[in-house]
Amino acid sequence: MKVIAALFSIVLGVVLLVAANDLPIWGDPESPVSVHLSSYFIEHSVEQTSVPNFVTAVLADYRGYDTMFETAVIFCAGITVMTILRRSHRLRKKNVPPRPVREGQDIIICSAARLIVPMMQLFALYVLAHGHHSPGGGFQGGVIFGASFILLALAYDLKTVLSRLKEKTMMLVSGLGVLVYAGIGVLCLFLGGNFLDYSRLASILQVTEIEARSHGILGVEVGVALTVTCIMLSLYADLASGGEMDEGL
Amino acid sequence: MADFIQALLGHYNNWAFILLLMIGFYAMIAKNNLIKKVIGMSIFQTAIILFYVSMAVKKNSTIPILDHGHGAVEHAIDVAAYASPLPHVLMLTAIVVGVATLGVALAIIQKIHRTYDTIEEDEIMEIIAQ
Repeated sequence: MKVIAALFSIVLGVVLLVAANDLPIWGDPESPVSVHLSSYFIEHSVEQTSVPNFVTAVLADYRGYDTMFETAVIFCAGITVMTILRRSHRLRKKNVPPRPVREGQDIIICSAARLIVPMMQLFALYVLAHGHHSPGGGFQGGVIFGASFILLALAYDLKTVLSRLKEKTMMLVSGLGVLVYAGIGVLCLFLGGNFLDYSRLASILQVTEIEARSHGILGVEVGVALTVTCIMLSLYADLASGGEMDEGL
Repeated sequence: MADFIQALLGHYNNWAFILLLMIGFYAMIAKNNLIKKVIGMSIFQTAIILFYVSMAVKKNSTIPILDHGHGAVEHAIDVAAYASPLPHVLMLTAIVVGVATLGVALAIIQKIHRTYDTIEEDEIMEIIAQ
C-alpha cells in the first residue's frame, strides 16, 4: 500500500513538474494573473471605493457575495462541530468515558495571559478597523480576538471563559455576524440599489457614494469579525472538551 | 535538455509547492492514522495556498496596498508596483475555510474515536467487518 501511494505521489509530482514549465516565469509582471482583472482592481479600487488596501476592497466589495457565503460557511462549520460533538442530557448521563483531570494552574502562565489578553483584544480591534489602510480586516481581526479567548481557556480553564461568554451567547453572536453582513446587503436593496451595493448607503450615512462604499465595507467586516471570533472559540471549546464543555484541555 | 533545465530553474517557486503537494498526497493515501491523514490534507492545502500566493508576485513590486492613502486618486497608479490582489483575496478566504473544514474533520475523528475507541483505519475496518 505504501509503495503504491509513494508511486502515485511521485507520478503526480513529475506530471506537475512538467506541467509547471508552461506557467509564466516567477515574478513576471506580464503573467496572465497580473494583467486582466488584477490591474483593473489596482487602478480603479481607490477611485471607486476610496479604500487604499486593494485586498480589502476586492474582498468586501467587488467579491462581496463570495465573502458573505464564506462567513456563512464558517457559521455552518461551527454549528456542524457542535451538532457532532455535543450530547443531549439523557445521553450524557450514561456512557461517558472519564476525562483526564486537569492539574492546577500555573501562576506565571496565568499572570502572563492576564497581561496579554487585553492587548490582544485591542490589537484585534485595531486590525479590524484599520483593514482599509493596512493588512487586516474582518477575518484577521476576528481570528486574533478569538485567539485571545482561546489563550484564556488554555491558561485558566474552559469554564472560566464560558462563564464570561456563554455558549448560547456565542452562537447567537456568530449568527448575528452573518445577519449584519446580509442585513447591510438587504438595506442596500431597500434603498434602491443592488444587493451589497454599498453606494446606496450614502443617503443614510450622509456621505458621498464613494465614501459610503468604504463605510459599507467596514460594516460587513464587523459582521465577519463577530462570526469568526465566536466560531473560533466555539470550535476550540467543542474540540478541546469533547463536547462536554467542562474544564477543557 | 538544456532548455528544459533552464525552464525548470525559472520555476523554482513551483518546486516547493509540488514537493508539499506530494508529501500531503502521500500522507492522505498511505497513513493509517486518521489524524495523520488530516495533517496530510492540511499540508496539501498549504501547498495550493503557496502556489496561488507565489503566482501573485511581481518583480520589484510591493504589497497590494496603495502607498499614499487617501487623496491619491489624482496620481496615476503604477500597476506594476503592486502585487496582484486577486490571488491574495482568494487565498484569504481559502485559509479561513481551511480552518473551518479542519474543525469539522477533527470533530468527526473525535466522534469516530468515541464510537470505535480507535482512530486507526484498519482497526476500524475490522470492527465494522465483524
